[in-house]
Amino acid sequence: MNFELIVDNFFLIILGLDETLNLVIISLSLGFVISIPFSLARISSIKILSKSVYYYIFIVRGTPLLVQIYLIYFGLGAIPFVRESFLWIVLKEPFWCGILALVINTVAYTTEIFRGGLQSITKGQIESCKSLGMNKFVMYSKIILPCAFRQALPGYGNEMILMVKSTSLVSLITIMEMTGIARNIMYKNYAPIEAFVAAGSIYLFLNFLVVQFIKFLEWKYNPHLRVKD
Amino acid sequence: MFQFDLLIFGNTGWGDELLISTIMTILVSLSSMFLGVCLAIIITWAKISGNLIVRIIANFYTTVIRGIPELLVIYLIFFGGSATLMYLAKIFGYNGYIELNAFTMGTISIGLISAAYSTEVFRGAYYTLGVGQLEAGKALGLSRFQSFIKVLAPQMLKHALPGLGNVWQITLKDTALVSVTGLVEIMRQSRIASNVTHSPLTFILSAAILYLILTSFSSKAFNKLEEFTNKNDSVTQ
Amino acid sequence: MKKFILTLIALSMLCLSTVTNAKTIRIGTEGAYPPWNNLNAAGELEGAEIDFGNEACKRMGFDCEWVIQDWDGIIPALLNGKYDIIIAGMSITEERKEKVNFTDGYMTDGARFAVLKGSGLANLTISGMDKVNLNGAGGKEQAAIGQLIAAMNGKTVCVQSATIHQNFLDKHMAGAVKVKLYSTVDDHNLDLISGRCDAVLADVGSTIDYMASDSGADVAFTGPTFSGGVFGDGVGGAVKKEDFFILEMWNKVIAEMIADGSLSEITKVHFGRDISM
Repeated sequence: MNFELIVDNFFLIILGLDETLNLVIISLSLGFVISIPFSLARISSIKILSKSVYYYIFIVRGTPLLVQIYLIYFGLGAIPFVRESFLWIVLKEPFWCGILALVINTVAYTTEIFRGGLQSITKGQIESCKSLGMNKFVMYSKIILPCAFRQALPGYGNEMILMVKSTSLVSLITIMEMTGIARNIMYKNYAPIEAFVAAGSIYLFLNFLVVQFIKFLEWKYNPHLRVKD
Repeated sequence: MFQFDLLIFGNTGWGDELLISTIMTILVSLSSMFLGVCLAIIITWAKISGNLIVRIIANFYTTVIRGIPELLVIYLIFFGGSATLMYLAKIFGYNGYIELNAFTMGTISIGLISAAYSTEVFRGAYYTLGVGQLEAGKALGLSRFQSFIKVLAPQMLKHALPGLGNVWQITLKDTALVSVTGLVEIMRQSRIASNVTHSPLTFILSAAILYLILTSFSSKAFNKLEEFTNKNDSVTQ
Repeated sequence: MKKFILTLIALSMLCLSTVTNAKTIRIGTEGAYPPWNNLNAAGELEGAEIDFGNEACKRMGFDCEWVIQDWDGIIPALLNGKYDIIIAGMSITEERKEKVNFTDGYMTDGARFAVLKGSGLANLTISGMDKVNLNGAGGKEQAAIGQLIAAMNGKTVCVQSATIHQNFLDKHMAGAVKVKLYSTVDDHNLDLISGRCDAVLADVGSTIDYMASDSGADVAFTGPTFSGGVFGDGVGGAVKKEDFFILEMWNKVIAEMIADGSLSEITKVHFGRDISM
């Protein structure tokens, strides 16, 4: 175990950090925003809405992320119709293919997490809202969604960590984020352990930051659960 | 585009290779899950143990495995595993080459990942059941370890079933990442076929469908299992 | 409890296999690099190097056991003892010689850029040179590379990772072109067809094989054929530094097969031309 090499690798791999962060932040933000209407659709009484979202989640959660990434990048790229359409502007770039795959994946999981949060709102709370004369929009925006988010926080924190780890898979479609750089280093000096230990420690640190961020959010948004001094 | 004729069985089609690789996926998932559950029971015990050092090691293990991408875990075990094993064997005086076949490599990699997730599930199940069980065991004269294995673990398995169902799905899907070990499971076989035939859509789509069949079948099986174990829980008074 | 542990230990012993008996040679190969070595629909390995390896083993009186390994990990797996020799279209380079020893070269093929037929990069001619040998590269070769850089400035060139082709781009064309790395040649060929790559750089043999398929009908070569320098000197078998005996055995049989013409026959069958050394 050549520790000097690990440190050298560290400075090379950290160059991929901005690409990794781009992937994480864009995918999580898009995923978060899209999951809200999706989770509302999932629990809605309109059968076709809830069934479609259900099958979407079923298919996305039933296949590995790697297969989804390959399908979007290589699979769609092999269809002449896609190549000649306006979609190609986006799908030509591996970065956007990666984002597309990550967003599709995270929306499926996040929708389920938010659904759990929404379903934790008791009938009593909804009745109190109605008795106060709130219309549906006010009820959702002031009471239901905020409460649901607080419930979903631990589960969503887990999803954030999984997203950071999932970005390593897009290295397999030529994106040079941290794992891609680590593999490239391995090719050059045939020292895989040093390369992957360096990369692993950066991911570990990133996830540590995410965990702290989630703890902060939980502390901030659940004042009733704070430990009293 | 999607070419059905490439999927036929026999010497000119890849259908039979895909079927064999599906069986391989099932086998490696089963053995990884089994390894993971066995390890998880030990690590859970370590985490609830009184010994600080043992707790720290167990926590370090789960934090690292759950904190770094699965791909890196698999690479580290694949590239580091044989070297480490040979180093250990040298200590015992064995100087030959030890070769771990691809299946074992895959099982160990995915098993270690699966163990970390299963540990969290078992921990949750343990706290649901309560510490009293261990004390009751002690009162009966069982050692702490015996009461854990004979009393707590079987009950934990039942409460852990939904969580374990989730870990099984994760394990099944993680097997798609072990292609670096050379193990020919669904993902690797579909990539090989796609490379030879220059027809990626056919084979990646087939791989997706195969995984979907495996995961949906598994979730139905787990649902049945949960019903079965919860059968006697209903209040019948 | 004791029985359980004993069973576990016994089962784990079954999984470990010690080095196979002395009568078998384990050969590591990629299996995704036609016509050198690839898998066919029947699940068997085929290709020029497969024929070469099988014939060599026969002559040495050993059984051949082929082990398939992704190109990424092919050298680390050799160093870990997964197989005894690599026969996978691996060029002999100074860089690789630091980690492994090579047998004498048994086949050699140049490297050439390939593009889509209608593209702006098609039919590049570089100062009238058909072949550029980078060994002892002088002004003429540098000028040729300079012309190439000028023609391909800003374009995307795709290569298989961990190859001499990647090394060439990194060393000579790093700032001028955008380099994309792929795990197999087929992956970058597919991206050439789909338009994600403006050009690919690979060895002549594998590109010709691709051009013969339906998918590769629109692919054409452009520019000169490269060899030497960072491209190495021929393709050889890689063995661990301490395996002198294995190295000598293979060198003997390679010399034999070159001398009696069987190697050149094998290459003619798969490449359509003689590329033996």
